[in-house]
Amino acid sequence: MSGNYILTVILVMAVVTLLTRALPFFLFDRGGEPPKWICYLGNVLPPAMMALLVVYCLRNVDLTAGSHGLPELMGVAAAAGLHLWKGNTLLSIFGATALYMVLVQAVFV
Amino acid sequence: MNFRAFRAAFPQTVPVMAGYLALGVAYGLLMSSAGLSVWWTLLMSSIIYAGSGQFLAVSLLTGGASLAQAALLTLVLHFRHLFYGLSLISRFQGTGWRKPYLIFGLTDETYALLTAAPVPAEIPPQDFYFAVTLLDQLYWVTGSVLGSTIGTFITFNTAGVDFAMTALFVVLLVDQVKKQEDRIPAAIGLGCALLSLVLFGGGSFLIPALAAITVLLLAGRGKMERRVSPP
Repeated sequence: MSGNYILTVILVMAVVTLLTRALPFFLFDRGGEPPKWICYLGNVLPPAMMALLVVYCLRNVDLTAGSHGLPELMGVAAAAGLHLWKGNTLLSIFGATALYMVLVQAVFV
Repeated sequence: MNFRAFRAAFPQTVPVMAGYLALGVAYGLLMSSAGLSVWWTLLMSSIIYAGSGQFLAVSLLTGGASLAQAALLTLVLHFRHLFYGLSLISRFQGTGWRKPYLIFGLTDETYALLTAAPVPAEIPPQDFYFAVTLLDQLYWVTGSVLGSTIGTFITFNTAGVDFAMTALFVVLLVDQVKKQEDRIPAAIGLGCALLSLVLFGGGSFLIPALAAITVLLLAGRGKMERRVSPP
């Protein structure tokens, strides 16, 4: 990773993030309604996106070798289970991460 | 600066402080375990300032993602911001010089506070909004820089700490699925992602998956709109 590459990625992400926050104020500050298809995408895109990102995080897991993705499967189950049970974001993230760290450091070595 | 506004805003922001400090530390640890220095952490928390986006950035950087991939993923990940802005247009009118910063600092949690927390009667609303937004960003910057610094001194084995990012997205997915009765968008996302991963491999599956998801969601609009509740 070169410094220039890191800096460029950060700047691109900063600009796009700001764009998503500022666009409504540019487009609709003087009234007017957003197009229907944008509202629809705003509704259905987030769940699809989160599912995609979970897969993205796990893209390098090898099911055919090593621990066969078992620590990852158990970690994901712990995060989802804790969150359905308690609904506390921090508890779910920290609990699942702690479990996963124990699994990869002490159980599946 | 209106210091009375900060004193009034502070108690309201305490829950966000707890969350941002803890999640910020986790993010900072992740940055240092990926070999990214505390200065990058400080820069990202200052100018990107988006929790899920910054977790994603670590993965994009270590995976050597292209700029197009980084831009596209950031766009769809932050698509929800468009709706925060829409519902705050009238509230932000008359906020003057604070407005650009209020818009820049519009995270999920700040949005929740700005729309839900009561503005004390003796404080001008624009000063209160500004204080909430600035305090929230200070918590995030502090937490992430702290985690990033601790990470460089840490002697215990941090292998597996990167799972925090996976767990974060699992939690956000559960929240999304719980909020909407309809499971189909999440299923479309999962299906397209897995299929694309099998077809194209880990290095280049993102953009085909994103394209397929968008096409399928738009194609199913007629059917889904009747069932999905409005935002």
